[in-house]
Amino acid sequence: MSTPADLGVAMSTPAPIVTRPDRGTDDKIFRGVVRAAGFGALVLLFLIGLFLFLRGWPALRLMGWHFFTTSGFRTLGAHPQFGVAAALYGTVVVAAVALVVGVPVALGTAIFLSEYAPVRMRSSLIAVVDLAAAIPSIIYGLWGFFELQPNVTGITTWMSHHLSFIPIFKVVSYPTNASLFIAGLVVGLMIVPIVASISREVFSLAPPGEREAALALGASRWQMIRSVVLPFGRGGVIGAIMLGMGRALEETIAVTIILGGGLIISPHILQHGGSTISQTIAINFFSGGRIGTEALLMCGFVLFVLTLVVNLVASAIVNRSRSGSGIEL
Amino acid sequence: MTVLESPERPEGKAPTQPQPPREPVTPRRLPAPLRPRNFGWADAGLLGACALSSLALVWVVFYQLTLLSGGFGFLLCWYVCFMVFYWAANSKVIERQVATDRMVAVLVLTAAAILVGLVIFIVLWVTFKAIPHIHWGALFTKDQKRLVPSDPHVLSNVGVLHAIVGTLEQVGLAAIIGVPVAIATAVFLNEVGGKGTRMVRTVVTAMSGTPSIVAGVFIYAILIINHVLSFSGFAASLALFIMLLPSVTRTTEEVLRVVPSGLREASLALGAPQWRTVWSVVLPTARSGLTTAIVLGIARIVGETAPLLFTAFGSQVLNLNAFSGAQGALPLVVYHDVQQAQAVFIALAFEAAFVLMWLVLILFIIARILGRTRAKKDRGFALRIFERSLVPTRMASSEPEAESFTSYAEGISLQPGDLH
Repeated sequence: MSTPADLGVAMSTPAPIVTRPDRGTDDKIFRGVVRAAGFGALVLLFLIGLFLFLRGWPALRLMGWHFFTTSGFRTLGAHPQFGVAAALYGTVVVAAVALVVGVPVALGTAIFLSEYAPVRMRSSLIAVVDLAAAIPSIIYGLWGFFELQPNVTGITTWMSHHLSFIPIFKVVSYPTNASLFIAGLVVGLMIVPIVASISREVFSLAPPGEREAALALGASRWQMIRSVVLPFGRGGVIGAIMLGMGRALEETIAVTIILGGGLIISPHILQHGGSTISQTIAINFFSGGRIGTEALLMCGFVLFVLTLVVNLVASAIVNRSRSGSGIEL
Repeated sequence: MTVLESPERPEGKAPTQPQPPREPVTPRRLPAPLRPRNFGWADAGLLGACALSSLALVWVVFYQLTLLSGGFGFLLCWYVCFMVFYWAANSKVIERQVATDRMVAVLVLTAAAILVGLVIFIVLWVTFKAIPHIHWGALFTKDQKRLVPSDPHVLSNVGVLHAIVGTLEQVGLAAIIGVPVAIATAVFLNEVGGKGTRMVRTVVTAMSGTPSIVAGVFIYAILIINHVLSFSGFAASLALFIMLLPSVTRTTEEVLRVVPSGLREASLALGAPQWRTVWSVVLPTARSGLTTAIVLGIARIVGETAPLLFTAFGSQVLNLNAFSGAQGALPLVVYHDVQQAQAVFIALAFEAAFVLMWLVLILFIIARILGRTRAKKDRGFALRIFERSLVPTRMASSEPEAESFTSYAEGISLQPGDLH
């Protein structure tokens, strides 16, 4: 028997296997850098809230608690009077109209895409829905101003004539364009893709065994959806709706193009006038002097806290639900 | 045997009483099974009949009997009338449950048709409103310096070059800063983990809901108001970075999660440190998903207007320097020009909107193609990543790992000597 050494093949002893008892320095650096990036996001969010509050604090100190109850934006002159009340009201009204208009369309689209659509068309339709989410909001604003508003004014005028027994549909001063209602319609269209995408994902997670059991028991398709898919998806859908609400609260540009302004609190959503927080900031930022800018920074802080709370609540609701365990917000 | 004898009986059977004659009995049948999901010619005929009759009714009532007007209102009334007729017809002719089922099918189809129709309409509308006014030679090569509204040939002297350059620079800078940070955050959340993971994940979720105008106003409040920066493209990039970070982080985390853990474990077993594992195994495996996530994140921030309002501020002339001086951007041109009264400004706004929208569309199509070519074997994977990038959710289903293992593994050839 000849060993490799006899044959003249040079052999060295194999290198000893090095096991790492703990992480090497390079790994420590890596983990440190990556952890810094992660906590950097935390610091950034905290900084945003902090700076908005700090820079807006002089305005809040000037008005005190009346900041939340006053409307109007008279910041120049001897007795400044400004407050976030009307803008906050407008923001909430626009978001409410957007939800009322957008959520049914979104849920219908989601049910269609997950249950009714032919399989071959499904991915193309999903692509169109995602495209709708990607279209810039300013394009929606343009369309809403030039195309939707002239066509919907007829309907809103009709509503103000014939449905005026409902107090919010009464109109005291015409015309009915540039109203919170029309802004709500456009924002509603913008939140449909968001709510529809999440809802569709949630509905597609419904267990096929339960679906087939319902169908086998003789249920029609709608009965199957109502008894299996919708109850399963309830948590995810609520989370989706809250995400859509967060999006509607923060929408700036489409609302700015449509609304004309007018910081009043009025229940007549069909008539012109009204503003939202983001729109007020966008329009008035440089026109109010130093106090004006500070007041708007404080308004921005209010909006920031509002959307933060909505997003966190949405995340909490979804994570606790049955469908939410498969989809995390 | 006589005629009077009883018919033959088997032997040994006692004669029974003669039985009274019975009525002929038809065997009992269950009613014909109702198949509610069938939609045959009769049902299609019912649908058509309801549509026509509701159209006729609304035609008469709408224009003749009431003072309503407008095609939109007519369509709305026709739709409502059709639904009522359809429900009544189905519940009378067939059955109430089938009627409800078909009503819901019509409603759901309407909702999807509204969304898809409106989106396609918006895209075509912007295109067809912009194209008549575009002078193709000037659109990409001129800015708004020579804008004289009284000049009849003004549209051939103005373009959106300044806006395109501004958008590209601002988005480019935001991506250069933002993509590494986002990938690092996603690596932290998925690979490194540890104590702060849930908090950072919540923070990223919260940050994805930050209003875009708040991002712009924050950069103004922290950097511009004390003159650390002036109105510049770079300030706008910082604001866009705040919008880019959460979306790319979440999508990248999804993509990294789908990478099979077997690959990581193999790499670690071969002695590679964790950073090497991430750099050489995990990230290249997820390359197509990463690219898709990045392209989609960029597509989202290209259209953002509000963060640019107080950071880049907008300009009418070309400004190539992103670090000093106000810079224009496509959304800003649209926003500022659409508020002017003169037709030339409106035309210019539509031109910029046209360029912006098709830029977003092209990025979108690129992302879709990228997502598709890699995951030919796993279509579901590409679709999931693509959807979730545009919408802030994550899915933690365990199936993708099994499906995509083969497609990943076939693309990787790892030699033992690679990692040392």
